[in-house]
Amino acid sequence: MHEMSLMLGIVDLLRKNAAENNIGKISKVMLVVGDMTMAVPDALQFAFDSFRDEELFGDAVLEIQKKPVSGECKDCHQNFGIDDFNFLCPFCSSPHVRVASGRELYIDYYEGD
Amino acid sequence: MVKVRMAAPVLQQNDEVAGENRELFNKKNVFVLNLMSSPGSGKTSILEKTIGKLSKLLKLGVIEGDIYTTRDAERIEKFGVPVVQINTDGACHLDARMVKPTLEDFDLDELDLLIVENVGNLVCPAEFDLGEDARAAVLSITEGNDKPVKYPLVFRQSKVVLLNKIDLLPYTDCEIELLEEDLKKINPELELFQVSARLDEGFAPWIAWLEEQVGLKKGS
Ligand SMILES: Nc1nc2c(ncn2[C@@H]2O[C@H](COP(=O)(O)OP(=O)(O)O)[C@@H](O)[C@H]2O)c(=O)[nH]1
Ligand SMILES: [Mg+2]
Ligand SMILES: [Zn+2]
Repeated sequence: MHEMSLMLGIVDLLRKNAAENNIGKISKVMLVVGDMTMAVPDALQFAFDSFRDEELFGDAVLEIQKKPVSGECKDCHQNFGIDDFNFLCPFCSSPHVRVASGRELYIDYYEGD
Repeated sequence: MVKVRMAAPVLQQNDEVAGENRELFNKKNVFVLNLMSSPGSGKTSILEKTIGKLSKLLKLGVIEGDIYTTRDAERIEKFGVPVVQINTDGACHLDARMVKPTLEDFDLDELDLLIVENVGNLVCPAEFDLGEDARAAVLSITEGNDKPVKYPLVFRQSKVVLLNKIDLLPYTDCEIELLEEDLKKINPELELFQVSARLDEGFAPWIAWLEEQVGLKKGS
């Protein structure tokens, strides 16, 4: 449900940035969303369709690139993919694992004229 | 057509305000706890018991997040501790900008511990930093064994999980060892406390943990 407030922020950032760069029409937005955020892509799409205005966004498409969860062991320094949120190091069983990817939530780029 | 790279974090505005809140808490040496759970897990009940045990030992304040009502704030007010209500007016979580203005309503120089009861929701609050020192999640054993794996973020980001309603264990299919095992996989460094707010049982380790955190913050 917080996808609505996230999208308000996203549309706001895009409006400001487009104005600074003299872009009058946005055609595509690329958003990066890690699997360890609680943002659901379908809900983000829905929110995007509710908040965009015709003038700036017209037929703009929102594309979402997902990032899998991965970790880095603070003890043996191995990198590994993390399934089912199991944060024990598969190499040395250490519980000290840093989240290396999966927490991303950012606008990568947009295209427009 | 042009392509504009932004690499702009969506939560940047929230995180900046959270940073300002945190700076203020550090300056005033107040330990701030963000308390999260589904609706009905027992956040307010746990707060009531916690205040009862701690208010003689240290100075406590409470922020109550609720979508529309002031019911929880009224429950806390009875204990004579300063409480400020934030109505999110529909929003499913507190964010740093909602918390910031309420800080003027507390005498932070006097406070040792500020507990924020977030809006009842296991999903959305996990995404929003308020500037707290630590997060604690409440999970009542009647919610089902699958909740940690279904909502991992809130448990990954918490330092403490209070397993509440332990008094109901005989009447549920909850397998508490399995539940704790799942929680430890998501967050191996988690502190787990089994409590019953109804029976006022199991609170000693939780109270000791809070006292320790407040002490560490005072000493810093
Ligand atoms: N049996 C039992 N009921 C509890 C316990 N803690 C809270 N409750 C009940 O659960 C309901 C929700 O509690 P509340 O503290 O309002 O939950 P909150 O929505 O998370 O703040 C209330 O009816 C409480 O009386 C407990 O330890 N055991
Ligand atoms: Mg409550
Ligand atoms: Zn390792």
